[in-house]
Amino acid sequence: MKRNGWKTNAALVGLLVALVAGPLWLIKSKDFSGADAQATEAISQMAPDYRPWFEPLFAPPGSEVESFLFALQAGIGAAVIGYIAGLLRGRMERERTRGGSDQ
Amino acid sequence: MERRQPDSRGWGGAAYGRWVIWHLFRAWKDAFYFVFSVNIFVKMYEREVSGVKQSGFWLLLSLGLTVFFFTASPQEAHAMHIMEGFLPLHWSLFWYAMFLPFFFLGLRSLARVVREHPDAKLFLGLAGAFAFVLSALKMPSVTGSSSHPTGMGLGALLFGPPAMTVLGSLVLLFQALFLAHGGVTTLGANGFSMAVAGPFVAYGFFHLIRKAGGNQKLAVFAAAALGNLSTYVVTSFQLALAFPDATGGVMAAFLKFAGIFAVTQVPLAISEGILTVLVWNWLVAQPTRELRTLPIFQREALEK
Repeated sequence: MKRNGWKTNAALVGLLVALVAGPLWLIKSKDFSGADAQATEAISQMAPDYRPWFEPLFAPPGSEVESFLFALQAGIGAAVIGYIAGLLRGRMERERTRGGSDQ
Repeated sequence: MERRQPDSRGWGGAAYGRWVIWHLFRAWKDAFYFVFSVNIFVKMYEREVSGVKQSGFWLLLSLGLTVFFFTASPQEAHAMHIMEGFLPLHWSLFWYAMFLPFFFLGLRSLARVVREHPDAKLFLGLAGAFAFVLSALKMPSVTGSSSHPTGMGLGALLFGPPAMTVLGSLVLLFQALFLAHGGVTTLGANGFSMAVAGPFVAYGFFHLIRKAGGNQKLAVFAAAALGNLSTYVVTSFQLALAFPDATGGVMAAFLKFAGIFAVTQVPLAISEGILTVLVWNWLVAQPTRELRTLPIFQREALEK
């Protein structure tokens, strides 16, 4: 009952990897910059007189720190998900060993 | 903007392999870490229930992570929300005005969810964490630029769109304050596109597809993917309104911005759809009592 969908899941993971890795192999002339940087460029073409009127309150000093903060964000989220995953699994096992107290 | 430019380009043709591996590594670094930590926590919990206390575990884990993060490679900023200061003041205020009612609606909705389903708080945390992780995953796309998923679909399905408005806003605020990604002045606009339009579109399509007799998993996939896409369509529209094309007006500007955002976003929307279905599959594989109390599963059967 529990593991019969693993083939579908494996296929989905494979597709996901292909989707992300595909562009890396197919496109070699671009640097994969952020889409918002490109939008900013478009703005400067369409409205050359526009000047941003507000600077970020805090900008990570350098790409190392920025990378660290992004990874930290993913890490915090992943930690919470992992904790909940473990908790749910534990509860599931407990419900099962009690003889499936509900349904 | 100089900050966002990659610092070393001219590697020459011989470095292709290194270049590809470099980008693969950067894009998947967070994803690998994600799988890694999920594993650790599952194991940790299994040890907890088996009675062996792991008191030093947290310390060890955080130490390991710190080392991991500091040795991880540098990464240029990939992003897609409207950057700080890039909306004229009146548009900034306008989008705040559009966004805030949904935010307060969301606060009430959240309070109601917690009051009526106290057991469901766990899944609220899950939905929030899912959005948190996904918006840190900057993925390369077919256009040669990068963007990230939003993770709004899952929570919108489980708890309804207004609840996700609040959680999405928290993610945006975090990124605006600590990552210079998006911005405080553009928070209203970014909040409206990601935390209002995204969840509502996702929720709407899910129920539309279910009413039309569509498969539950297909509905989850389409909801997450279209919710993601809609965020960038709205972002393009917001930019077009603020910066209409000199000759073609708002419509021409919209097409131009949509060309930048939405095309990059299509493969990522598909990725987000797949990720959401994977989490969904995992959720319905563990049908605990708490899961069944969620509003959506009182209407929907748990299809495996």
